[in-house]
Amino acid sequence: MNEGLIIAIIIGISIASVPLIFAAIGELLVERSGVLNLGVEGMMIVGALAGFVIEFHTGSSFLAVLAALLAGMAIASIFAFLTQILLTNQVATGLALTLFGLGIAAFIGRGYSEENIQLISAIHIPLLSDFPIVGPLLFSYNPLVYLAFFMVFLVWWFLFKTKQGLTLRAIGDNHDAAHAIGHNVIRYRVLAILFGGAMAGIGGAFLSLVQVPIWGEDMTAGRGWIAIGLVVFSSWQPFKVILGALIFGGITILQLHAQGFDVRISAQYLSMLPYLATIVILVSLRMRDKNKTNRTMPNCLGRIFHSTS
Amino acid sequence: MANRKLTSILKFSLLSSMLAFTGGAFADPVKAAFVYIGPTGDHGWTYAHDQGANMVQDQLGDGVVITRIESVAENSDSERVITSLARKNDIIFTTSFGYMNPTVKVAARYPDVKFEHATGYMRPTDNISTYSARFYEGRHVIGKIAGRMTNSNIIGYIASFPIPEVIRGINAAFLAAKSVNPDIQIKIVWVYTWFDPGKEADAARALIAQGADIIMQHTDSTAPMTVAEDEGVLAFGQASDMTAWGPNAHLTSIIDEWGPYYVARVKAVADGTWTSTDTFDGVAEGMVEFAPFTNMPDEVMWEAQDTILDLDAGAVHPFTGPINKQDGSPWLAEGETPPMFPDIITMDFYVEGIDSKYPN
Repeated sequence: MNEGLIIAIIIGISIASVPLIFAAIGELLVERSGVLNLGVEGMMIVGALAGFVIEFHTGSSFLAVLAALLAGMAIASIFAFLTQILLTNQVATGLALTLFGLGIAAFIGRGYSEENIQLISAIHIPLLSDFPIVGPLLFSYNPLVYLAFFMVFLVWWFLFKTKQGLTLRAIGDNHDAAHAIGHNVIRYRVLAILFGGAMAGIGGAFLSLVQVPIWGEDMTAGRGWIAIGLVVFSSWQPFKVILGALIFGGITILQLHAQGFDVRISAQYLSMLPYLATIVILVSLRMRDKNKTNRTMPNCLGRIFHSTS
Repeated sequence: MANRKLTSILKFSLLSSMLAFTGGAFADPVKAAFVYIGPTGDHGWTYAHDQGANMVQDQLGDGVVITRIESVAENSDSERVITSLARKNDIIFTTSFGYMNPTVKVAARYPDVKFEHATGYMRPTDNISTYSARFYEGRHVIGKIAGRMTNSNIIGYIASFPIPEVIRGINAAFLAAKSVNPDIQIKIVWVYTWFDPGKEADAARALIAQGADIIMQHTDSTAPMTVAEDEGVLAFGQASDMTAWGPNAHLTSIIDEWGPYYVARVKAVADGTWTSTDTFDGVAEGMVEFAPFTNMPDEVMWEAQDTILDLDAGAVHPFTGPINKQDGSPWLAEGETPPMFPDIITMDFYVEGIDSKYPN
């Protein structure tokens, strides 16, 4: 293997991982506030469409990403309204949100599968990006790649280094107690849900703007569900989201390369690997935690909050 | 009095003849249904079938009512969809290989409905027809172009599922490329999906990173073409003209032309002349066509055109011996061509010279 190939593999892994990082870090914050939103797939696909449509009409990558963010928030606001104001069941509402998102994106996007756009270009920093090996590996990605890692840091910083983050975690663990000492549970949760929608929207837009510059119905192809799995994998710890996404993206890309190099394992097993690895990791985490209570899982996850006063 | 009676008789006969006339010209329209594996906007396989359905609508107008169901998974879901369509339709086209068993099952339960299953080979009841195209003739043509156009001598092939249709394409493309370029090597990546633009793009990037400078796809989205354009390599489109997604990458696309077949079959139902048949048309019959040849020198294009003319005339066969199977065992002797069944219809082996392990 030459270094060019290794660099290509690493870049490939980062491209496959970033949509998952965005969607998962958003969902992580939502779940930390005690809300389970299974509508990630639906929010991602709407973001993918919005990003593509705005990029196509304006040619502005900034506006496209902004539109994806807003579209993700808009569809998340439906979930927020239903679950936080009307107190509907979160699991059922989340599933409905996924189906709604896939449907409405397919409907609105009908004409756009005919179109094509330019890929958002990667950054190029003079000197740094030209530096051998280090340049392509560290300083030549699409800006959204850096944003994904920054968002993980930001969520960690918010959750563990700010007063509001502490409150949000308290609400996720015991919403009645948090309410009793005067915190506005609903407001925190609505804002968390909107943040989750924004992140899922950008994750979707990464697919349609960076990974491949086309719009296709159902193009998220289950990545929203994998993001939800990654949150569990991470034990609700932000930096472990990166680890999980890189493992998943890494196996996805490496198995494609293994096929190209004709590793003597049947292609079926290779393409099963990312999913198999996810299950194995989830099970082994569970085994490890069997004898102690899982201290990181928000206690109120998925529970409806009835304001008593 | 008599006059009035005559008038009323005249009126009556006029009216009845008008009724008879309208009854004849506007008989109940044929109800035709299409079941698609992907979205019609894939610009690949499903798009091509949908174009065929459009041709039926255009040519038969009021004589046909068409129902189309998109993105039907190849599991028990498809049986449910086909069953519900069978209750309301005269003829149903199931347009993916994986619909074979559901189609056969539902056909047995609805003997009065005609079923048309694409790319399959099972016709246990006389209300099922199968139809496919000799796409390997198209792969033969693009294989020759690939063999001429590659600099790295590596073709990257994005494959969907290991079914005979896909295996035929790989073998035909490889043999044709090797016939004009003995050093050719083919790298095959199976993605186990027909439509996942992200994964198809990942696969294209992996193949390009491993040295492929020509990408062939047997998946349905335009993603591999856009990646080829972005990475500056060449690629062939799939099922419909994909020039727009790779103005500098696109060599040609194999185009699936289902329209004339669909028109003929729906007309046959209207006329009452429909019978169970097995159709396997190719370049000569116009079921396999090509998008414009672009980004290649004239000599390569002429060679491709000549190959098409030869296929048209039946002068060449993509599988002409001597050909060995991958393990070195002989398949076809010098000058021999394989029988349609079982060799071509159920093809389940790579030919000699392909390094990849056969997926099983």
